[in-house]
Amino acid sequence: MSITDVGPVPATRTASGEPRRVRRPRGGILLGVVAWLVGILFVLPVLWMLLTSFHSEQKAATNPPSLFAPLTLQGYREFFGSSSGVSPWPALANSLTASVLSTILVLLLAIPAAYALSIRPVKKWTDVMFFFLSTKMMPVVAGLLPIYLFAQKIHALDNIWFLLLLYTSMNLPIAVWMMRSFLAEVPVEMLEAASVDGAGLIRTLRQIVAPVVAPGIAATSLICFIFSWNELLFARVLTATFAETAPVFLTGFVTSQGLFLAKVCAAAVAVSLPVLVAGFAAQDKLVQGLSLGAVK
Amino acid sequence: MSVAVETRSSRATGRPGRRNALRSSGDWARRAPLLPALVFTIIVTQLPFIATLVISFMDWNAYYPNERRFAGFANFRRVITDVNMRSAVVTTIILTASVVIVSLVLGLLIALLLDRKFFGRGAVRTMMIAPFLVVPVAAALVWKHALYNPEYGLLNGVITKIWSVFGSSNPPQRDWITSNPLISIEAALIWQWTPFMMLILLAGLQSRPLDVIEAAKIDGASSMQIFWHMTMPHLRQYLELGGLLGSIYVVQNFDAVFTITSGGLGTANLPYAIYQTFYNAHDYGRASAAGVVVVIGTILIATLALRTVSTLFREETAR
Repeated sequence: MSITDVGPVPATRTASGEPRRVRRPRGGILLGVVAWLVGILFVLPVLWMLLTSFHSEQKAATNPPSLFAPLTLQGYREFFGSSSGVSPWPALANSLTASVLSTILVLLLAIPAAYALSIRPVKKWTDVMFFFLSTKMMPVVAGLLPIYLFAQKIHALDNIWFLLLLYTSMNLPIAVWMMRSFLAEVPVEMLEAASVDGAGLIRTLRQIVAPVVAPGIAATSLICFIFSWNELLFARVLTATFAETAPVFLTGFVTSQGLFLAKVCAAAVAVSLPVLVAGFAAQDKLVQGLSLGAVK
Repeated sequence: MSVAVETRSSRATGRPGRRNALRSSGDWARRAPLLPALVFTIIVTQLPFIATLVISFMDWNAYYPNERRFAGFANFRRVITDVNMRSAVVTTIILTASVVIVSLVLGLLIALLLDRKFFGRGAVRTMMIAPFLVVPVAAALVWKHALYNPEYGLLNGVITKIWSVFGSSNPPQRDWITSNPLISIEAALIWQWTPFMMLILLAGLQSRPLDVIEAAKIDGASSMQIFWHMTMPHLRQYLELGGLLGSIYVVQNFDAVFTITSGGLGTANLPYAIYQTFYNAHDYGRASAAGVVVVIGTILIATLALRTVSTLFREETAR
């Protein structure tokens, strides 16, 4: 049994898996109902957040909750600064810049590294792999202070480019692990054939390696994007007004006066939307990515 | 560093000298693609830690910049004897262990449910994933304000509704966060991490060799026997993988603690405590010493964990 032989996750079991379900149909239905109830329980906070975001502040703050209150876009208007005048767009743009560019940078660094750890492995490549993983285990807070002081010294505080570099280092170990496990799938015979035919490194990479690992690149990008988009601690410590990211913007959204539940929910929905859409669209990639490529 | 290995290999081929030079240039060609990532990682992740180590031996508070000096082990003594730091260590352990273990168990049960065929399985799976895809800060905000709030949160709202159905106008209304601060954080985190565990374990379940299980069934093995003797051993490595990755992230959790309780009511874990020491108290020396202590603790746990993963991936590479 090998862990790489795991099939795509949502695939329903075929042929050999079916017959045993027939035996106990009643228990099957009951367990199906239980599964539905559990699913509904888990999705409930998300649905509640969505529903509340479309309620007026007054209706959002009733007890017992008003399920069927009229829907309004007021919360979203507030999120986009209709009364405060504070637009979320700079924060969203910062998050997008940091997430997308750091993901590209991660791929540019991780793919060659993964190549040197799988297809033409360096000596002691396993040690290198574990070095990368061990950096991921080091708590971020342990290096936070020197990073802050360094940023202060080079005047890189509140600078999205500095944050972007940190996100790159945060995701690079994960990306190296994932890309290695995908590159290990590349048929070595094909590479040898290509080199016999005189294909150069770039051509080999483009024509043989890329098609096989494209799904892996997609999974890696998805995970790196999500982790960068979600990051709070670095952004909170290292940014202020100009380079503020969406999660930091969210934390500043709770006011001490008046009702704010509807607009906080609207903000939570708006900030989570890119991740929700990307994650739902690529559920299998998500599993591959989260397991560092161990589950394919 | 690789000289010894190279001499051995050149001796094996029987052609020393020229062959050796050729090989080592080949080695550098092999290493070249690796170097940018390696150098970048060392600079961004290792150098700051060395700086932390240096600062941890200094008496350095940003409020008194002129009094910076060597402090020996004073910071470490203060960290170890500090009640807040000690309670942060305990909180971190409880928080991480409870979240990882409960999400693993729940994730396993739900994965077993979803491994069966039933109407709308895909829809339920999608619903289950949703919590993991909400941005952590957003999720913490929603739990704090939309669910836990004693006046208009959903939890108390539902209780009011149920009580009114039975004609009571005086339902119990709890202040969830104040009465159970740590459990409130744990519940929110378990909600986010159970889907993650479920996804990994479901992938594990669906990779079981079905023909062997069918054979066992034909031989008269009961469902329980099959579960304990075939499914669980197969799932072990997936449980380990989920536990390891979950621990890496939960042990560093900052978002939920920061948002739900701001570290109050005894919920400050180490990341939050260190953040506070440096961000609010500006005590750089002590924050660094605490960081070093965390890293030493992490190394102890990580060594164990890494051994686990290495067996996991050895199977893959032995393929």
